[in-house]
Amino acid sequence: MTVTLSGREVASKLEKQFPGSIIESSEKNLVVRSESLLEIASFLKTTPGLDFDYLTCITAVDYLDYFEVVYHLTSLTHNHSLFVKARCYERDNPTLPSVVSLWRGADFQEREIYDLMGIKFGGHPNLKRIFLWEGFKGYPLRKDYLQW
Amino acid sequence: MVIKTEPFVINVGPQHPSTHGVFRMRMTLDGEVVVDMEPVFGYLHRGIEKLAEERTYTQNIPFTDRLDYLSSMANNLAYVMAVEKLAGISVPERAEYLRVIMAELQRIASHLIAVGAFLNDCGAFMTPILYMIREREKILDLFEMVCGQRLTYNYMRVGGLSHDISEEFLSALGKFVKEMPGFIDEYDQLLAENEILLARSKGVGILPKELAINISASGPVLRGSRVKWDIRKADPYSVYDHFDFEIPTGSIGDCYDRYRVRIEEMRQSVRIIKQAMEQLPGGEVRSQVLQRFHSPVGEAYGHIEAPKGELGFYLVSDGSIAPYRFHIRAPSLINLTALRDMIIGWKLADAIIIFGSIDICMGEVDR
Repeated sequence: MTVTLSGREVASKLEKQFPGSIIESSEKNLVVRSESLLEIASFLKTTPGLDFDYLTCITAVDYLDYFEVVYHLTSLTHNHSLFVKARCYERDNPTLPSVVSLWRGADFQEREIYDLMGIKFGGHPNLKRIFLWEGFKGYPLRKDYLQW
Repeated sequence: MVIKTEPFVINVGPQHPSTHGVFRMRMTLDGEVVVDMEPVFGYLHRGIEKLAEERTYTQNIPFTDRLDYLSSMANNLAYVMAVEKLAGISVPERAEYLRVIMAELQRIASHLIAVGAFLNDCGAFMTPILYMIREREKILDLFEMVCGQRLTYNYMRVGGLSHDISEEFLSALGKFVKEMPGFIDEYDQLLAENEILLARSKGVGILPKELAINISASGPVLRGSRVKWDIRKADPYSVYDHFDFEIPTGSIGDCYDRYRVRIEEMRQSVRIIKQAMEQLPGGEVRSQVLQRFHSPVGEAYGHIEAPKGELGFYLVSDGSIAPYRFHIRAPSLINLTALRDMIIGWKLADAIIIFGSIDICMGEVDR
């Protein structure tokens, strides 16, 4: 059975390494500061005992006040998983660091989020629309997107 | 005399018989050798994730049929499992067993097409795939008996199944399960030692283990690269922990390994179906769930081992009758990340085989 790690326990480990990087943590939730996202991701990937070598899924949710990008990490070695979230409060130009340098599986998924939700990933090697055509106006998965 | 040469760009697809749907590979070739490749998709993008936000949880089930249309039962299962997790709905045991039977039948059907189409790409034009389609047809007949549909089943419901199976289904399934191992042996006899298949797929398109993990590959693509990772074992859902089966893996991660993994998985699926039929309990197949139920506020990620890899649904609820956010973790799309690394340096004809060995379905890639 894949064990879902407690967000609070991982947060306490992260807090030691990167003070002030955790915004919110509970049993099921772990929200990190978007500026420290890349460092935290790299720490989660390389620290023995955590070894999150597999990025299962990235997705983004539009809560109108902010965008939340959800990283679902899994460790194939220890068979445990963790949800890490990062928030973007800016609506016009939301930006997050890209994790493609750590997990290349993020490549198409970050492009998909950029395409449909309009979040830019700094450092992505080929950030352009993936499903919609170049020149498409707007980002359809946003809650305030108007079709016509 | 010196001939001036330069690399040139060729578009394979979107309308091309070997791209398995509307997929385009923008290849840069140096003579016959691929030096660069950029995948282009979106031709089948229907915006299912957006559409789903305006429909109730039950109304979204038919959408999932249209993701990977070669394995609709598996898509149904992944989605209803995610909703059940989100809303905390329990499922009767008989329904769980029937779900496993359907999912495994679907795995066989999907792998038959994958293997058949792969051999088509290898140059064994039409003969092997017709053998495969012969057996797949029997599975489609079984599904038709269950729900009246041959491709888009819409059979599973939140809290169980739309209705119980008939007596005839069980006897027909028994006959199928008895015959199928013989057919798989037949494919093996025809193909496993076939010189053309060996020459064209052994050592071609190798995906190293570390890269396969880093690239988030899943399903036969990951297992072909020697990673023993199957969600049915790693994170058992439904009643998979009641059955005895093995996870086949490849040795070096070439096209032949991915082909072998699929063949072996079909045998294991038959094994699971046999056990599920023996243990099949009686009782209800659906718990009492309102057609338009409200899900509690929260989020859930439900995932299964679909024929093509890890299929997951990430759902966010705001307490209404429709999901606030509906995200699909599509194995076909993510497995395609590996394509560029696998085909660079190979000839155009090999690139087609490598692409075929990933086994994608554009309905799921583009959504």
